[in-house]
Parts: sequence; structure tokens; C-alpha cells
Amino acid sequence: MLGYLARRLVQAVLILLGVSVVTFALLYLLPADPVRQIAGRSATAQTVENIRRQLGLDQPFLVQYGRYLLGLVQGDLGRSYLQRSEVSDLIAARLPASLLLMAGAIVCELAIGLTMGLVAAVKRGSATDQTLMVGSFVTVSAPQFVVGLLLLYVFAVRLGWFPIGGYGTFRHLVLPSLTLGILGAGWYSRMMRSSMIDVLRQDYIRTARAKGLPRLTVLLRHALPNALLPVIAMIGIDIGLFMSGIVVVESVYGWPGIGQLAWQAIQRIDIPIIMGVTLVSACAIVLGNLLADIVSPFIDPRIRLR
Amino acid sequence: MMHWLKTTTAAAALGIALAAAAPALAADGQGGSITVTYKDDVSTLDPAIGYDWQNFSMIKALFDGLMDYEPGTAKLRPGLAESYDISEDGTVFTFHLRDGVKFHNGRAMTADDVKYSLERTVNPKTQSPGAGFLGSIKGYDEMSGGTADSLSGVKVVDPKTVEITLSRPDATFLSVMALNFSFVVPKEEVEKWGADFGHHPVGTGAFKLTDWTIGQHLTFDRNPDYYREGAPKLDEINFEIGQEPIVSLLRFQNGEIDVPGDGIPPAKFVEVMNNPDLKKLVIEGGQLHTGYVTMNVKMAPFDDVRVRQAVNMAINKARIVQIINNRAVPANQPLPPAMPGYDKSYEGYAYDPEKAKALLAEAGHPDGFETELFVANVDPQPRIAQAIQQDLAAIGIKASIQSLAQANVIAAGGAEDQAPMIWSGGMAWIADFPDPSNFYGPILGCAGAVPGGWNWSWYCNADMDKRAAAADAMVDPAKADERAKVWGGIFTDIMKDAPWAPVFNEQRFTLHSARMGGGDALYVDPVATPMNYRYVTVDDVQ
Repeated sequence: MLGYLARRLVQAVLILLGVSVVTFALLYLLPADPVRQIAGRSATAQTVENIRRQLGLDQPFLVQYGRYLLGLVQGDLGRSYLQRSEVSDLIAARLPASLLLMAGAIVCELAIGLTMGLVAAVKRGSATDQTLMVGSFVTVSAPQFVVGLLLLYVFAVRLGWFPIGGYGTFRHLVLPSLTLGILGAGWYSRMMRSSMIDVLRQDYIRTARAKGLPRLTVLLRHALPNALLPVIAMIGIDIGLFMSGIVVVESVYGWPGIGQLAWQAIQRIDIPIIMGVTLVSACAIVLGNLLADIVSPFIDPRIRLR
Repeated sequence: MMHWLKTTTAAAALGIALAAAAPALAADGQGGSITVTYKDDVSTLDPAIGYDWQNFSMIKALFDGLMDYEPGTAKLRPGLAESYDISEDGTVFTFHLRDGVKFHNGRAMTADDVKYSLERTVNPKTQSPGAGFLGSIKGYDEMSGGTADSLSGVKVVDPKTVEITLSRPDATFLSVMALNFSFVVPKEEVEKWGADFGHHPVGTGAFKLTDWTIGQHLTFDRNPDYYREGAPKLDEINFEIGQEPIVSLLRFQNGEIDVPGDGIPPAKFVEVMNNPDLKKLVIEGGQLHTGYVTMNVKMAPFDDVRVRQAVNMAINKARIVQIINNRAVPANQPLPPAMPGYDKSYEGYAYDPEKAKALLAEAGHPDGFETELFVANVDPQPRIAQAIQQDLAAIGIKASIQSLAQANVIAAGGAEDQAPMIWSGGMAWIADFPDPSNFYGPILGCAGAVPGGWNWSWYCNADMDKRAAAADAMVDPAKADERAKVWGGIFTDIMKDAPWAPVFNEQRFTLHSARMGGGDALYVDPVATPMNYRYVTVDDVQ
């Protein structure tokens, strides 16, 4: 187990290193000049060159990347070009909101997805099953920007059940979580359905029924835990999906997370912020996958980590 | 979804009617609070650094300069300086500071602070995007070049007097002293916070920052010790950050906010303007903006003035204004109507494709020619470029559209032989301060016709440069009107050479809640967006 962990952690570091090289190189290759963004249109050529020199952007790629890496290993993500504050402060101020939103989204997608999948599996082949599966297809395909605005309009503007965007209370959390979670709910319902159908075909289920156990007990006590196994492993992978989703969802709901920070930084070529958010997201994805793998043997003793 | 506005406005209108029925309790309009929303984070509130349209006006509420503007106008008035003297030759400005001006930390402001603040902006370490505006102060080159650590032209005579010597007469200097980059900051606070001063701003301004939760909200509270009587009107301004313009509009209709800071989302513009209840809350005004097509006078066939004039006559400006839903007015000269010096009597080149064709034939292009039109690839710019393309095709000019990222278009314009024509939309030009000279130097003068410059038509007329320098040497404020006229003449004379085809001047549309007042001019203030925070009022103050 410890050897496994150590190996995975080394892999994680290599992945992060790879992500940082690729992102840094892409930003370096951008035709737009970040110094012009900082200097503004009224800056003289002298001001532009002066800023370029101070930020070290006149250096060759390897030197720039080397400096960034050196800062990174010391825990320094650099200073935002435009906000002129520490990137780590900006991310720290916004990360809790994003994590909360993701937690909310996981709850939503599991609650909706698993229920849909379970019902569809039990009612396999019926009209209910088909309706649910078409429904899951719609939620998987619907653009989050549209879903977000739609939910906002119906439940916040028209019905007034929730605030129109913002952050702070539980009521603020519901709609953004739902918007973010509804996409995953579609995936989960399909996975849950097929997994459940597989399990329901097993001999031990028939045995349990033959023993005279009530149908519901068989479903919830015997079938569900086994059907859940492959689904649990998905949650770790989900975090990657969320990372792309929060950029849109946070914008629509005015949710003060790192998605909005990333979006603003990209528009203004604020390289230190883009790098910082990318690395934090990559960390989250790597950790999510690692956690999913570590947790699996505890849920299913048949799985061994080597 | 198409009918959102129609159905929600009924409710909003009801709310508005109720608000209007409430008695106005505070006759002088003092007190109350408003909520303004923005999509993007406020990047910094450091006056030497902040340079986007969002923080620029917020900084004006927190800090002051030696000079100021009459609210809602482009008319200069003394600010932290009570009065000033200008030497005969226009190179020495002596400012006499007001008594009793205090920073938000309680310390009295002195002449040393003025000197410190100007030098801080020029200091290369500050990385101020506006350092160049202070270029006419004596000693600027040495300090910005790093060979001096102070400005030799700025002298503290006594704690209440600053004497600023210029290296050349500069009639725009008073305007520059009203610009954010010369606002006065307290040295001890700047040194205490270092690079984070922009998040802990301390000034002399009408409001002080009392709360800033990154990515969520900022609160400005009234400064009770503000030096100017009767300002500010409001007790508090709340800024909510991170709200999509379309969501802000929904919240506005719901009566939750007072001003959507990012304005009316373009996709909803027609709907808002067609809704009588909303339309009456919209204040329209001019902007110091002109959108134009540059023609590179160094590239054939645009080296022939007749070709450039023909292009001027070929573009149907009224139709282009329609394409952007009438959010602009057609232009015929470089200066926008809101700018001093704008010549109302100038007629420009009227839309006349036949005459344009004839001019082209005269210039030796009876069958037209092929060329390229560069444009930034952000809506609505490519659509505008297409309209221009069609107009040009009608007189035989086949222009292919190069739709590129903004930075690439700017780079092409700054190269001598890259872009024959550029549509300036989304990139240029909005004046930094209401003075006509700001529309000349960088974009039409020889100084801007350099690699990396903004004079994309590469028009360089030594005679015009001389006239411009002469106009800027008319430093006496009493001659401001005369000077504006001289400038107006320069621009209409430039149009004889037609290096640009001016297309339109963008208009501003500020939406504000029915409870807000203070005068319409404050909401289209030429030096503040979306409004002049210091003077706006609310009418339901308890």
C-alpha cells in the first residue's frame, strides 16, 4: 500500500510538471503580448520595455519557465500582472467557494443520478425507463450556460424560490449545484442502470429472493452496494468534469470561485493567474483520481492496490 | 426565453411605480446607499496603476488630484489646489493647496505628498501605465530612464505650495493634473502596504474603502471630512462583483440593484429600448469615442488622396449605425461631438457612391482594386467590417477581411507595410481626458507613426505637427475656447488629406433605478463611467 502510494505520488508530480510545461509553453506562444495589456494603450515604448524587463518577459522561454518553476517549488505562484496581488492569495480567497459548489454538485448528481438509474434498472424496458434514459441524454447534452440561465429564470426570477445569483447562504447554493450536478447526473443514471441490471442478474440476488426476503431489502441491502462500486470510482474522475463546468456555472450565478478568476485571467492574458488556476485544477484532478483508487479497496475487498 | 423581459417587466414596473410614490424625504439629496454590479473583479484601486473603465471612476471617488472637473461636464476646476498660477511662457505652474484636506487616515495632506505621488507614478518601479502622461514635467526623461530618483521639475515651495516646471509649454497639463495618474497618495500608507496598496487604498477622496471581499463585493463609505462642501451625496456605495450582465439586468428589473455597471447587454439592447418602462430609466449621452477606418498612406493605392476620399464617400455610415442597433451616431471628423473643438458646421464627405467611383477612375482605378481590411474578431466588429466591405465593393474595391485577435490587428497596424485598411472598432480610440490633443498625437501625429505606434494610417504631416504644437502652447486657460477652435481646424484640415474614414461615435447608455437622481448629466459624465459617484443621489432617504 505504501509503495503504491509513493509511486502514485511520484506520478502525480510528473503529471503536474507536464501540465505546467505545456500550459506555460502555450501561453508563451500566444501572439498577444501580456506587457501591452499591463501597460495600456497610452504607454510609451519606454514604459512597455521597462515593464517587460521587470517582469522578466524579455528572457528566453527556458529562463522564464525555470524562474517560474523555482518559485513554484518554494510555494510561490507569482504575482498577478493586472491585479498586482499574490496569485496564491487570490486563489485561496476563491477556492473555498469552488469546493463548496463542487460538493453541492456531487450531492446533486448522486441523488438525482443514482435514483434515476435505480428506478430505470428496476423498471427496465418500461415507459418509465425509456423516459428516464431520454432525460439523462438531455441533461448530458444540454449546454450548462443555457441550463443555468433557464433554472435561474424559472426558479429565481419567476418563482422567487431562490436568490438571483450570488453567494453566502444555502439558498444561494442550490441552483448552481443543480446546474453543475445535472450534467453528471445523466452519466450516473446510465452507469447506475447498467451496473444495477448486471447485479440483478446475479445468482445471489435470486437466492435472496428465493429465501423470501422482501423485494426492497434485496434491492437496497444486497444489490445496491455491489452496483455502487463502479460508480464510486467515477466521483474522482468527476472532479475534472467539474473544473471545466465551474467556469461557466460560476459566471452565470456570480459564484465567487476560481472558475471566474480563470476566465477573467484568460481574457486579459494574466499569465500567473492562468498558470496558478491550471495547476490547482490539475492537482484537484490528480488527487481526485488517487482518492478514488485508494478508497476502492475499502469498499470492495476484492480490489488490491499494488 | 425570448419573452423574459416582456413578462418580467410588468412586475418591475409595478415596483418602480411604488417606489416613485414614496415621499422624497431628503431635499438636499444627502444620504442613502446604492448597489452597483460588475462582472469582472476590480483589479486594483491604486491611482498610479488602475487603468480600465471600471476601476478608473472608482478611483476618482477615493482619491483627488490637484485639478478636478465640474460634475457632469468636461470643464476643469481646481481640486486639491485651491488656485494656481501659470507663468507667462506657460512652463511653470504654481499650485496653492487647500487648507484642511485630510487623508482617510487622518493626516493632513501637504505639498510633499503631491511631489511624492507624481514621482511615484513616473518611477519605473511602479510600472504605471500612465507615466507617459507626465512626460512634459522637467526631469521626466531622467527619472523614467532610471538616471534620477526624483523629478527636478517638481519643487515644494512650502507645505501649501507646489511649483511644477515643464520642459515645454503644455496646455493639457491642467487636464493631466486631473487624471488619476497624478492623484495624491500618502507615502506612509504606500510604504506600509507596498505592492498591495491597490487593495488598501487611502486617499483624500469623497469615499473611503471600508470592505473588500475579493471576488464578491466592495463597500465605499462616505468620507465625512471630505474637503468639498455638499459632496458626496450618498452615504454608501455597494459594489457586487462577478455578475453576468444579463443576470444583473434581471436583478435590476427585480429591483435588487440600482445600476448594472457593465451596462445593457448588447443582446438585450433592443428589448430594453422598446420597453417604455425600462427606456425611461436609460440615460443616453455622448462618449469621447470615434470608430474609423484607417488607410495606410504608405501603401499603394492609398498613397493617392483621391482614393482615400473615394473610400470616405463610399461608406454608408447610417446603415452601419443601424447594424449596431443605433448605439452610435454617424461621424464625419476625427473628434467626437462631446469633445471641445468638434466642428458642428463641418459637413465632411457625404455618402455618394457615384462620386466615389468617379474619383477612383480619376485616380487611375476605373475598375477598382483589391485590398485587405483588418478587423478585431469580436462581435460586432466583423459584421461592421462586412458592411464596409459591401460598400467598397459597390465602387469596385474588393477588400478581403482579415479578422484577427485584437492584439494581432494592433501589431499589424503598428507595422509600416502590413495593413492597408483597419476598422478601429473595439481597439481605438477613446480619449483619456476631454482634450482634443488626445485625439492627435498618438493616432494622427508623426509621433504615433512609428513601429508599434497607434497611427495606423501612418499619416505624418509636418505642418499639422507644427500647428498642433502651437495649439498646445496656448496655455492660458482664458484662451481655452480659442484653443479648441484651433484644434477643430486642425482636424477638419486633416480630413482634406483623408487618412481616415470616420464612421461613427459610440453613445453611452446608463441604466439606473428610478430612486436615483442628481441630474442626467452625472450618468453620462465625460470623465466617469458608469456615473459620477460623488454627486449622484437617491430620493428615498429616510
